[in-house]
Amino acid sequence: MVALELILPILAATLRTATPLLLGALAGLFSERAGIIDVGLEGKMLVGAFAAAAAAAVTGNVLLGLVAGIGGACLLGLVHAYACVTLRGSQVVSGMAINIIASGLTATLALAWFSQGGQTPPLPPGARFLPVTLPGAAALAGVPVLGPAYAALVSGQTVLVYLALILVPFSAWVLYRTRFGLRLRASGEHPAAVDTAGISVARLRYSAVMVASVLCGIAGAYIATAQGAGFVRDMVAGRGYIALAAMILGGWRPWPILFTCLLFGLLDAVAIRLQGVAVPGIGAFPVQALQALPYLLTVVLLAGFVGRAIPPRASGQPYVKER
Amino acid sequence: MSGLPRWAELALLPALNLLLALALTALLVLATGGDPVAALTALAMGSLGSADAIGYTLYYATNMAFTGLAVAVAFQGGLFNIGAEGQAYLAGLGVTLAALHLGFLPGLLLVPLAIAGGAAFGALWAAIPGWLQARRGSHIVITTIMFNFLAAALMVYLIVNLLTPPGSMAPESRPFPAASALPGLAGFGFPSSAPVNLALLLAVLAALAVWLLVWRTPWGYALRVMGQSPAVATYAGIDQGRMIILVMALSGALAGGVAVNELLGAQHKLLLGFTGGYGFTGIAVALMGRNHPAGVLLAALLFGALTQGGAELAFEVPDVPSEIVVLIQGLVILFTGALGNMLRPALARMLGRAGG
Repeated sequence: MVALELILPILAATLRTATPLLLGALAGLFSERAGIIDVGLEGKMLVGAFAAAAAAAVTGNVLLGLVAGIGGACLLGLVHAYACVTLRGSQVVSGMAINIIASGLTATLALAWFSQGGQTPPLPPGARFLPVTLPGAAALAGVPVLGPAYAALVSGQTVLVYLALILVPFSAWVLYRTRFGLRLRASGEHPAAVDTAGISVARLRYSAVMVASVLCGIAGAYIATAQGAGFVRDMVAGRGYIALAAMILGGWRPWPILFTCLLFGLLDAVAIRLQGVAVPGIGAFPVQALQALPYLLTVVLLAGFVGRAIPPRASGQPYVKER
Repeated sequence: MSGLPRWAELALLPALNLLLALALTALLVLATGGDPVAALTALAMGSLGSADAIGYTLYYATNMAFTGLAVAVAFQGGLFNIGAEGQAYLAGLGVTLAALHLGFLPGLLLVPLAIAGGAAFGALWAAIPGWLQARRGSHIVITTIMFNFLAAALMVYLIVNLLTPPGSMAPESRPFPAASALPGLAGFGFPSSAPVNLALLLAVLAALAVWLLVWRTPWGYALRVMGQSPAVATYAGIDQGRMIILVMALSGALAGGVAVNELLGAQHKLLLGFTGGYGFTGIAVALMGRNHPAGVLLAALLFGALTQGGAELAFEVPDVPSEIVVLIQGLVILFTGALGNMLRPALARMLGRAGG
């Protein structure tokens, strides 16, 4: 029972920390499967977080916040799509530009609108996503092991956590079982074939980037209005890049991405738990080692030392329509 | 490729892109109820209004010249080095180790050794992603992004656990010996309060050296061939793997200049996060400067002035934070880098009509 009391909070925290990574990684999945490299996940999530917190603070309505977060991320996504698809500019440069613009823009707007040193006002409970208690939690409360596990893991999460988890099978279905998904993947592997079939590569890639933006907006809203209670400067704090790493480690496929995100979430949850814990022989536990592990794993995988990472073949290449 | 005259490609287009970025930012200030004219005046006065302000501007510009050169040199070889931030951070470790452990040496020996230590650590941290791309086929962009985070985690661990003297609360190394300090430029009329130092001249020399290397040697020619067409480079028998590793090492060594300017020139100790985003500003500087050393120096001056002006702006104009400069940088990267083809056709048409 003691072990359970130790493990359950860590697993519950894992779900919470994995959610924004999962949403971001699925966003990257849609974009990159269509052939558009997205290193701008971080920036879109940041703008999503700010817009969500700002709207929720002003209206007091968390759903309006979510809509605003999605809208803000989509505006940046439009810029990215315009630069990459219409103008055939460098996708990596555009993504980096979006990250830097997001950092400057959110800090500037936050100070100009709220005059609180670059933050939004703290959100009252009504303007946040709160944990929901699923039916049955009370009924199972008396059951050993199962009761506490149900209450901590299955029940008691925010709506967005469930949404993110449902989006994994949904993304797999869209990508592998629908016409849109087939065409989307084709435009990332062999856009000329899509074009030959009379389907617009540009339109497909625009829609893929917009799907990615919507997911980034939700991820941002989660960070600012579910995990946090308001916007703080640069609050995404590199999670957009970890999402990118999770997507690569997951091999650009939905289910493996879920597992890498849960793994990274677990690392984070354990790292927080071990902060300041002394280890015999070493002294304070080197938390940084756990925090660096996602990046290290990605480098090792990309280098082909363990497994292989094969990106969509046409990703990063602008498509020039034949005339 | 665009049919633009050379002067328009090199001067007019960057200037227009900068104006566009500034205009958008001014619109944003106006839309949020601020006064763009006051903001712009504060920017200009804050960066160039006094000898002290110019000293700070040049100090920031030195950092940006180094990272701008680092990004530009890699760009010439067709490589996008996003890792200048981490390379500069690691270079700080090299500088620190040399300065602290060789402190018994006289300044004339110690300073060059500390600079060499910084350059070596920066070069190594960049050469690993270069090696991974050259020999293992992993993409340099993703690897350098990951190496920024690895550098941050490693340096936090080293500074907090090993380099902070016992009993000290501030996460920073013990002070460097006085002999390791780069002299300030008080001799050139800057007040001693301004942190601009000899590293500025080093940056100018580095730009000259990069120009000589890339445009006046066979190695540089091979580098540019590789950057413009890997297929041609292969056909010409250029060993691209070797070139990639070497140019990344050079790029990382240049990024290490940030550590020289910050640690030897101004702080005189290793601080947590001393790189302050200069690695990313370097991308804007390189794109704005058209990846040419002369352009990089000019762009570094511009962004140095923006940074210094932005810091003053935050004091002068309420509700406009210094982060607005980050926004301008991002917009410049967007317009010059990713949206480069936006103005070009219209400009080519206009100039074509005017010219005949």
